[in-house]
Amino acid sequence: MRYSGWKVIKEALTGHRGWGPAWRDATPQAQYDYVIIGGGGHGLATAYYLAKQFKQSRIAVVEKGWIGGGNVGRNTTIIRSNYLLDGNEPFYEFSLKLWEGLEQELNYNAMVSQRGILNLIHSDAQRDAFTRRGNAMILNGADAELLSTQQILDRYPFLNVNDARFPIKGGLAQHRGGTVRHDAVAWGYARGADQCGVDIIQNCEVTGFRIENGTVKGVETSRGFIGAKKVAACVAGSSSRLMEKAGMRLPIESHVLQAFVSEGLKPVLPGVITFGAGHFYCSQSDKGGLVFGGDIDGYNSYAQRGNLPVVEDVAEGGMAIFPMLGRARLLRMWGGIMDMSMDGSPIIDRTHVDGLYFNGGWCYGGFKATPASGYAYAHLLATDRPHETATAYRFDRFAKGRMIDEKGMGNQPNLH
Amino acid sequence: MIINHPLLGPRDAAEFVYKGDAALIHRPDGMAPDALESFIEYGYLRDNPAGEHRELWFHEQGDRSWLVVSRNTLTHEITSVELARDVARREGRSK
Amino acid sequence: MTQKNRLQGGLIDRGQSYTFRFDGKKMTGHAGDTLASALLANGVRLMGRSFKYHRPRGPLTAGSEEPNAIVELREGARQEPNTRATTAELFDGLVAKSQNRWPSLAFDALSVNDRLSSFFAAGFYYKTFMWPAAFWEKLYEPMIRRAAGLGSLSLQNDPDSYDKGFLHCDLLITGAGPSGLAAALTAGESGLQVILADEDFVIGGRLNAETFSLGDSLGSDWAAQTVARLRSMPNVRVMPRTTVLGAFDHGIYGAVERVSDHLAVPEADKPRQILWRIYSKRSLLTAGALERPIAFENNDRPGIMLASAMRAYANRWAATPAQRVAIFTNNDDGHRTAADLHAKGVKIAAVIDTRPGQPISIDYEILHGEIIDTAGRLGLRRITVRLASGETREIECGALGVSGGWNPNVSLTCHQRSRPAWDENIAAFIPGGDLPSGMTVAGAARGVFSTHGALTDGAEAAARIAADLGQTATKPELPKAEDAPIQITPFWHVKDAKRAWVDQQNDVTAKDVKLAHQENFVSVEHLKRYTTLGMATDQGKTSNMAGLAIMAEIAGKSIPEVGTTMYRPPYTPAAMGVLAGRSRGKDFRPVRKTPSHVWAEEQGAVFVEVGNWLRAQWFPRKGETTWRESVDREVLQTRKSVGICDVTTLGKIDVQGTDAAAFLNRIYCNGFAKLAVGRTRYGLMLREDGIAMDDGTAARLADDHFVVTTTTANAVSVYRHMEFVRQCLFPDMDVQLISTTEAWAQFSVAGPNARKLLQKVVDAEFDISNEGFPFMACGEITVCGGLRARLFRISFSGELAYEIAVPTRYGDALIRRLMREGQEFDVVAYGTEALGVMRIEKGHAAGNELNGTTTALNLGMGRMVSQAKDSIGTVLSRREGLNDADALKLVGFKPVDPSKKVPAGAHLMTIGDPVNAAHDQGYVTSACYSPNLGHHIAIGYLKSGDQRLGEVVRLISPLTGFDHEVEVVSAHFVDPEGERLRA
Repeated sequence: MRYSGWKVIKEALTGHRGWGPAWRDATPQAQYDYVIIGGGGHGLATAYYLAKQFKQSRIAVVEKGWIGGGNVGRNTTIIRSNYLLDGNEPFYEFSLKLWEGLEQELNYNAMVSQRGILNLIHSDAQRDAFTRRGNAMILNGADAELLSTQQILDRYPFLNVNDARFPIKGGLAQHRGGTVRHDAVAWGYARGADQCGVDIIQNCEVTGFRIENGTVKGVETSRGFIGAKKVAACVAGSSSRLMEKAGMRLPIESHVLQAFVSEGLKPVLPGVITFGAGHFYCSQSDKGGLVFGGDIDGYNSYAQRGNLPVVEDVAEGGMAIFPMLGRARLLRMWGGIMDMSMDGSPIIDRTHVDGLYFNGGWCYGGFKATPASGYAYAHLLATDRPHETATAYRFDRFAKGRMIDEKGMGNQPNLH
Repeated sequence: MIINHPLLGPRDAAEFVYKGDAALIHRPDGMAPDALESFIEYGYLRDNPAGEHRELWFHEQGDRSWLVVSRNTLTHEITSVELARDVARREGRSK
Repeated sequence: MTQKNRLQGGLIDRGQSYTFRFDGKKMTGHAGDTLASALLANGVRLMGRSFKYHRPRGPLTAGSEEPNAIVELREGARQEPNTRATTAELFDGLVAKSQNRWPSLAFDALSVNDRLSSFFAAGFYYKTFMWPAAFWEKLYEPMIRRAAGLGSLSLQNDPDSYDKGFLHCDLLITGAGPSGLAAALTAGESGLQVILADEDFVIGGRLNAETFSLGDSLGSDWAAQTVARLRSMPNVRVMPRTTVLGAFDHGIYGAVERVSDHLAVPEADKPRQILWRIYSKRSLLTAGALERPIAFENNDRPGIMLASAMRAYANRWAATPAQRVAIFTNNDDGHRTAADLHAKGVKIAAVIDTRPGQPISIDYEILHGEIIDTAGRLGLRRITVRLASGETREIECGALGVSGGWNPNVSLTCHQRSRPAWDENIAAFIPGGDLPSGMTVAGAARGVFSTHGALTDGAEAAARIAADLGQTATKPELPKAEDAPIQITPFWHVKDAKRAWVDQQNDVTAKDVKLAHQENFVSVEHLKRYTTLGMATDQGKTSNMAGLAIMAEIAGKSIPEVGTTMYRPPYTPAAMGVLAGRSRGKDFRPVRKTPSHVWAEEQGAVFVEVGNWLRAQWFPRKGETTWRESVDREVLQTRKSVGICDVTTLGKIDVQGTDAAAFLNRIYCNGFAKLAVGRTRYGLMLREDGIAMDDGTAARLADDHFVVTTTTANAVSVYRHMEFVRQCLFPDMDVQLISTTEAWAQFSVAGPNARKLLQKVVDAEFDISNEGFPFMACGEITVCGGLRARLFRISFSGELAYEIAVPTRYGDALIRRLMREGQEFDVVAYGTEALGVMRIEKGHAAGNELNGTTTALNLGMGRMVSQAKDSIGTVLSRREGLNDADALKLVGFKPVDPSKKVPAGAHLMTIGDPVNAAHDQGYVTSACYSPNLGHHIAIGYLKSGDQRLGEVVRLISPLTGFDHEVEVVSAHFVDPEGERLRA
């Protein structure tokens, strides 16, 4: 069913009786061309583009719980393409462009809001690094602007500059960055995929792969065997657990990242702001909650919850730049499991098993990548060639020494 | 979290710095003919289990011991803590 | 205004009257009141507006689970949005303002949303605001954002301070109602170290809100006596006004104590609040239960509240929302409210019970039926009842108490992902399995609702815990208390209501739940996210259960099949200020000062943050108007005569043992085994992945003794790495490490007169002539007549230079001495800027070059990586991607037009190539003005740079507006042959 102004008015006046399910609950068929494992943002986007853009059919998304229950349902909603390295920047810029057209593409209002993202600069060396990055963004066709402290104060007048432990010496802004209503992304792609005939199968856990002579034949699930010509893993956070069933060890560790939201407040923050001398970034949602986060807890975990030291660290970062936040209250905190990769960048690639594909390793940056990840993964699945913006996201980059290490931290996942 | 240091008793995990899988103790021989291959595996591939995980923690704000901690990654329960040096010796890193 | 709805009795102190203002109106209340109870006593029912439809609302509860009565408390910089009137303690002069309304609480323009509510059903936003495409961000979203949010921040810095602390105990008891008090008595008498925390300012929980007796005393009296007894025990700490926020790993709990929130301003030197991290061996959750409402048509008018809240207001605070009230209940508890209010002289209009066959009262009418509508725009006037007989009755009343049963308060049990379990007997969720380790639950929090049951359960749980911890516990003598069985028939909502409110703050109705189901948002997670049910400041404490039950009913499933109610920390919202504590402003992070800091301050130095260090950046002199003037002078004078710089911040690691040399051979990619005693060598450390980690020097003071230096930034991580290599990889090497960064004050003395100056302080028996102490020499010496010191002839500036180290406590004396002795050479002190200029002039790599992605090859040191030994990083540095034929190489750049800058962060393009990322040739890492050369210079990475010396390339920085030509040159701008440093 298409959403339109007319339809919205008609339903409002007739008691909303005409709205149908946003997507069907499908039961598994015996055989598909494509089985995508994981009904998160990336998996659903992959299914959508595979059907819509690459005209493939007989596609199923299998999800062990409810769709959108993973990281797409528990992130800090930020979109941006302010990356430094050539392996990343074109991909994230492609993603940002897809975000810009997403609502019209999906006929679903995911509330893409390009309110801008700002990275604060606190030292000359940081300014040099951000200048290099801003230039790389512009050279890749993205937007970037270096702001003076005064320009930042015009937008954030309550920023602490007078009593700051680390001075604020400006900032790197990407005005096209912003936020998105995160859950709606999963629902919008699910609805879009469903309308293209994709089967979305909830409460269906993959328990194993059926592999014969090095070729995948399908997946064993809690709802029986499902045959497939191509199987696409897309379960960031649980990648290692899933791929172990195909005999793979991954260049990935699972870590917990906490995120936070305050009580609803009248608007104070116009955009997304990132503190460069501590671990804190923040935006304000359309409902009024301050949505913020910081560093990962730093130890391997699948527990979906973190600990108090990081909560305190994040609050300290917040108070350092916004001392007016003292009387705002933290409402809720939660933890998501990240696929922390060995260089901080993702993997979208084939595996050693014919017909088995992998998408994961998104670290804490997966949300903003959702559209491009889906698109590029669909491209790989449909054509067996990587999408032009995702050619660097290969498994063998570690063996070849072609890491995409934005932070320069090396093979230490918890530092990315 | 609390790590029960074998020499110092229970200490807050905030005093420690985390490194990762205790398999990092088993650094391959850099002079072996297949060194490149084994270092790629050593450097980049991890078991990353959901459950019991043996991992390295450094008591940076303490006695500067490296510890091998056995911790469950689903529950965070810690079942054993040893000096990494003892583990390394036991597991064959003695000269 | 008189306190027209003030009743007799209660726990308020009538001897102490407070005046306060709400929306400008002056009223009086008493000590012991909350803002909500005082307002009710003054006849005020309307206290807030809902989030979406701006519906008029009054308090639903008498506790921290309140969704409606939330206000902006205090004024000015202390303004505190979204404060629950139901828990805010009244103090004299309190000022509060209603929020989310304009222009006034009684007349709110945005209540027009309420009239348009059929457009704003659940999920409305996702289906609309898309046409035309550009309007979302230009029109619709700004409109929505203007209306968003509840209360407002002052935007001023929080003037109060906050503290943090650690507490340790055997047993943490959360909640001090009957079971918590009985548990604390038991555990306290057994000798355990006990903390009893409760969010309320009066200990006792529901005992203070009920009229029944414990033994011979009133419940509230027994609570007060028990608290007094507990306070007399040295091993028990009673913490009122303390909310346990969260259950974290290994028995650690976070709790906030509100030290000063009941005062107008905190007392001098007292914090507003304290964040306690409580380390417990065991914990006992006795957090009681929360009553839940029933959804029916217009069930949200001011005056409609939970029956238990109505009872609490009457019994504890001697306040009633109206003089004529009705009760709507599905269980026996509602009848208690009727009886208690009747006893206080409040007229009971009727008790409506959904269950048939309730006993008749002689005092008031008891009806079998359900409420199908209410009236009264800003406060309840009338309810409409549909009797079981089918007849409809209208009943006038100013307030309605609603009781839908009680939910055990299981929040803390969920914080480590334990899922509550459904208990059919009480039609509620109780704690599930896999509780946080060490946690036990007792009393109403696990569904034991009677007072007798709660007392006994708490005492028995504590006794078991004491026994587990090796103490013998005797159950204390507990008073006799009521032990009524639970009589409840689940009843969640009145069917066919048009607008029956489930989540009152977020305006979610039973119909929204139905719509969510219709659109396939069936799982509890989808329901919550699609409708915003349970996402408000109360986190669904009073609403989640009903939403779930209604969904179950529509879906034709049982409640546990649809899902469960889960909670995350914090239990109630916590101020950002208390989570940050003292780490604010300048105290955000500790400051490390160098040994010459005081002296540098005296010289008027400008300081710069380098990590946590403060270093002198430059030393302005009279007449110098720009930083460049000072820096140029420092550089020129150092190169001309002599300059001194505090380099203490560089990491220093002492390496000792018979295997010290072999160890360094592992750590550095270049060789150290053959370094002679008394010599220093530059060393490059790789990470195991083959990327450059850090560089510095290692000085061999003895066969078995080296001093390693690291960069300032990496001092900590390099030491950690070296300990890893020592303890984990080569556990049998005879080598010891210790960081001595803080132990030695170290100064660089550089320039042609450096030796002459040093000779004035180095004791005469030490020969530091060029022959006796050549370039890269090192040694232990004495200075100033016997003070032990270390001397290294190393040079970062490219001049004849030394680094001299003395024990830190002599650092201040040494800089003063050197500056005095240097007067004859016109010695200058130089800061980090001049240091940077001189190292760029010499092409030395620093942090900007060692950025975590550069290799030895990039640095032009590829051949330093010894292939003859197995040092860290050697193997992986051989990978193809780290050895590309056109790899980036560190080179120098000078502007073709000498008046131009060569800014760091600019990218480099081959002349004639298109300007885009695909043709990127490299980037500038560090840049400065060279006073020696008279123009700007820079170093940076260029593809195949070492083969392109002399080529002119295009420097572009679209971000900062540069686009001009620079010449590729050697990075060694000054003294490329290195004659000066060997002089």
